[in-house]
Amino acid sequence: MTLPSPPMSLLAELTHRCPLACPYCSNPLELERKAAELDTATWTAVLEQAAELGVLQVHFSGGEPMARPDLVELVSVARRLNLYSNLITSGVLLDEPKLEALDKAGLDHIQLSFQDVTEAGAERIGGLKGAQARKIAAARLIRASGIPMTLNFVVHRENVARIPEMFALARELGAGRVEIAHTQYYGWGLKNRDALLPSRDQLEESTRAVEAERAKGGLSIDYVTPDYHADRPKPCMGGWGQRFVNVTPSGRVLPCHAAEIIPDVAFPNVKDVTLSEIWNISPLFNMFRGTDWMPEPCRSCERKERDWGGCRCQALALTGNAANTDPVCSLSPFHNLVEQAVRNDTQARKNFIYRRFKN
Amino acid sequence: MMEVPRGIVEEMVLSFARGHRLQHDRVRDVWIVQAPEKAFVIEGAAPHILRLLDGKRSVGDIIQQLAQEFSAPREVIAKDVLTLLSELTEKNVLHT
Repeated sequence: MTLPSPPMSLLAELTHRCPLACPYCSNPLELERKAAELDTATWTAVLEQAAELGVLQVHFSGGEPMARPDLVELVSVARRLNLYSNLITSGVLLDEPKLEALDKAGLDHIQLSFQDVTEAGAERIGGLKGAQARKIAAARLIRASGIPMTLNFVVHRENVARIPEMFALARELGAGRVEIAHTQYYGWGLKNRDALLPSRDQLEESTRAVEAERAKGGLSIDYVTPDYHADRPKPCMGGWGQRFVNVTPSGRVLPCHAAEIIPDVAFPNVKDVTLSEIWNISPLFNMFRGTDWMPEPCRSCERKERDWGGCRCQALALTGNAANTDPVCSLSPFHNLVEQAVRNDTQARKNFIYRRFKN
Repeated sequence: MMEVPRGIVEEMVLSFARGHRLQHDRVRDVWIVQAPEKAFVIEGAAPHILRLLDGKRSVGDIIQQLAQEFSAPREVIAKDVLTLLSELTEKNVLHT
């Protein structure tokens, strides 16, 4: 048996605790509590096993990873192992001493999230009063430290018109990179889809705004489009079990952060098994790896090794079966479900179900 | 036609910009450049060139050293070095 190629990156979800309550959060609906979180020694072992396996970059994420008091220690472990460390943070818990400690520990890069450019818009999404001012202060501290910074904006129907102002803010704050990511509709995002999904006109306008900014130069831009408006699915995670591994706060190992919804399969845990064994031979990581599992129309499709059949979690959430072709694909027999959601956008619901432990 | 890349001259001392570094990937046995939220594989002469970027050697020193190491004509080495360093400087991977 030949082993699959090793993963390139590890998403380390250190905690699901977060001061914000964004209604499109990528965390699962079933949030993990503090008592279930892995301890420092176990996270250290996970990083060691990841480096051994071939992981090159570790993304410390959450929830809000800065809620973990051992973050600095874990960054220095990553540094010792020659793993490139990226902190994905809301910035609201960042202050100068903490940033200095992270810098000394060898943090390579920070991705700072913004919910909007206006205070009202940011508070409506994040649910935390005063968050915008704290984020701007955090961005200025990061800029002064010299640590490379990417600003991340998740866009949706309420803020998508303000993309030009988002770029202006990024330039003003001295960020080298900006990510404009349309909301992805899983978990919390799917629960709030009718309030978030942009219209086709809004999407086209947002794409024009990104292209206009690219033409100006001087800013590196990542643009993630909403796949509901596409004809072909995205190559989700670069293919199931091919490039990416996710470890949840309690130690579950997943091929993507949404995969806990997949039924009838065991979710291996780093407390029981090594990362390498999980990556190489677990049923979870092998169930949709490669192309053997594919049904038609994927099986005979010339794009099967480009988009890998799209997203398994989306297929499950919308069609009830994770092994179906991603319904975003116009060749899928379930494509009408996506078309229907796009059409419904005129009667958009305005109330959010916020991401909180009690919801 | 030998196109001489503009911008980078032999007197310059270049180094990796913050958030970028050269690394040998032991597991895949390739050289990579680590960068914000991506890592890219570099091949051929590139790892030999980039490992000499120590913040002290000038571009000219690097050309000289590689010409000796590989017993190759200086102008051939110079073209490779200037092309690579210009490209990576343009992408903000390197800076002066």
